[in-house]
Amino acid sequence: MSAYLVAITILTLIYVLLALGLTLQFGLTGLINFGHVGFFAIGAYTSALLTLNGWPVAVGILAAAMAAMLPALPIGYISLRLRDDYFAIVTLAFSEVVRIVVTNARDWTAGTQGLPGIARLYASLSGAASEWAVLGTILAVTLLAVWMITRIARSPFGRLIQAIRDNEVAVKALGKDPAWFKIQVLAVGAALAGIAGAFYAHYITYIVPDQFVPLVTFYAWMAITLGGASRISGAVVGSAILMVLLEGSRFLHDFLPMISDSAMASVRIGVVGLLLIVCIIWRPQGLMGERGER
Amino acid sequence: MSLEILNITKNFGGMRVLDDVSLSVPTGSLFGLIGPNGAGKSTLFAAISGFQKQETGEVRLDGKRIDALSPQARARAGLVRTFQVPREFGHLTVRENLCAAAPNQTGESLLGLFFRPARVAREEAEIAAEAAEIMQRLRLTQVADQPARLLSGGQKKLLELGRALMLEPRFILLDEPFAGVNPVLIEEIADRIRDLNATGIGFLIIEHDLEALTRLTPYLAVLDRGRIIAEGAPDAVLADAQVREAYLGGTV
Repeated sequence: MSAYLVAITILTLIYVLLALGLTLQFGLTGLINFGHVGFFAIGAYTSALLTLNGWPVAVGILAAAMAAMLPALPIGYISLRLRDDYFAIVTLAFSEVVRIVVTNARDWTAGTQGLPGIARLYASLSGAASEWAVLGTILAVTLLAVWMITRIARSPFGRLIQAIRDNEVAVKALGKDPAWFKIQVLAVGAALAGIAGAFYAHYITYIVPDQFVPLVTFYAWMAITLGGASRISGAVVGSAILMVLLEGSRFLHDFLPMISDSAMASVRIGVVGLLLIVCIIWRPQGLMGERGER
Repeated sequence: MSLEILNITKNFGGMRVLDDVSLSVPTGSLFGLIGPNGAGKSTLFAAISGFQKQETGEVRLDGKRIDALSPQARARAGLVRTFQVPREFGHLTVRENLCAAAPNQTGESLLGLFFRPARVAREEAEIAAEAAEIMQRLRLTQVADQPARLLSGGQKKLLELGRALMLEPRFILLDEPFAGVNPVLIEEIADRIRDLNATGIGFLIIEHDLEALTRLTPYLAVLDRGRIIAEGAPDAVLADAQVREAYLGGTV
């Protein structure tokens, strides 16, 4: 049971890293990024491919962050001229392009066969000790990310991105260029998603394109919606609730034995969706948000 | 520093909204622009501040052409505008609204933020002091820590004016500063504009409330269907037959 809890906690922390990026991008800046999983996938594949070719895991994780940041520049540049909803569509398309490219670039990524045997972190330690070491490392990185995003949110930079969220035209009228701020915000969120992807690859040790479907993006969106989009604590609490819902609904089968295993997968998603709707009606600002926030 | 608008023309589709408009607004002046609905006042403002591209014509600030610059660059050059419908940063406090407007902040760069924390803290203290002084001057101190979305219409107008002041501009374009403001606060806002003008800041003001504007500005221009039809001292302008016909419908 403790091994199970450690595993769930590690996956939760990976979602916290993803959700923190959305807190920065949407909660603070108002950017609707529906392609978050694209950056996650770039991070996972970058680190997996580098380490499979003999590079150390630490280099893989750093490279994952950098590689994920690269597309933020052109996407941010596009966002200069797009309205919120179109930007959402462009980012969604971006993440699908990433998935289709890794599916078809078979020479590199082995396509739909996937990449097995990705190096584990702390592989030299015994099973349980290595799990705890991985958990400790991801926890440290997540705490660092929480500290960094909190620092950003409370800084003049954070003040300005919230001003952009509230009224972009007024920011221009005050002589500041919203575009450059948006690009930086995208890049920081992308780097976090890239690191999350690398940790994911090294934890699961096997990646295939099917793991990087838009549903992952929307899980992260559910997390910040449940927890409160404009609160950093919202990303943490929301990810934890999401994971409890996703994992907890596994046990639904004990209560509903008449539903087949394959149908159960859909029922689980349905249950999560229902709870999300209830939460939005009951507490639209999220669990950690204050009244009047969005 | 003078503001010159030379032969500006602007079309929306087949409609000519601005037709060869020229205005010369001298340094430190208090210049009013009136005109009926749809006369093109807001479009003219948008062309001067860079939010709309004009078909032809020039905008000159102190003799230098600025009509190819972005809105941001024009603001940085000292020409700052406000909006007819206030564009406050609703979730930020009044104080934060003002601080966000301060130019050249080290803390607005991520590198500066993480690698020059002492400098960021020092600048923040300076910016906060400046914001406090502006709030004092505009009588916004008692709402300093309220989210801006909760302010009244008039307070939002004052907040926009305050934000503009954080840039230490030499010209402020005010788009209907009295619209949606209660009569008591109208006088208050007019007083603040007079005070600021006395410190050398030039104002170009679009306004619907004729009476308030004629009491405030010693010089008026009238825009009708995209053309300037009269300008001069308020009394003379309002007595002009063409103006009475176009703008006042002959009733005043």
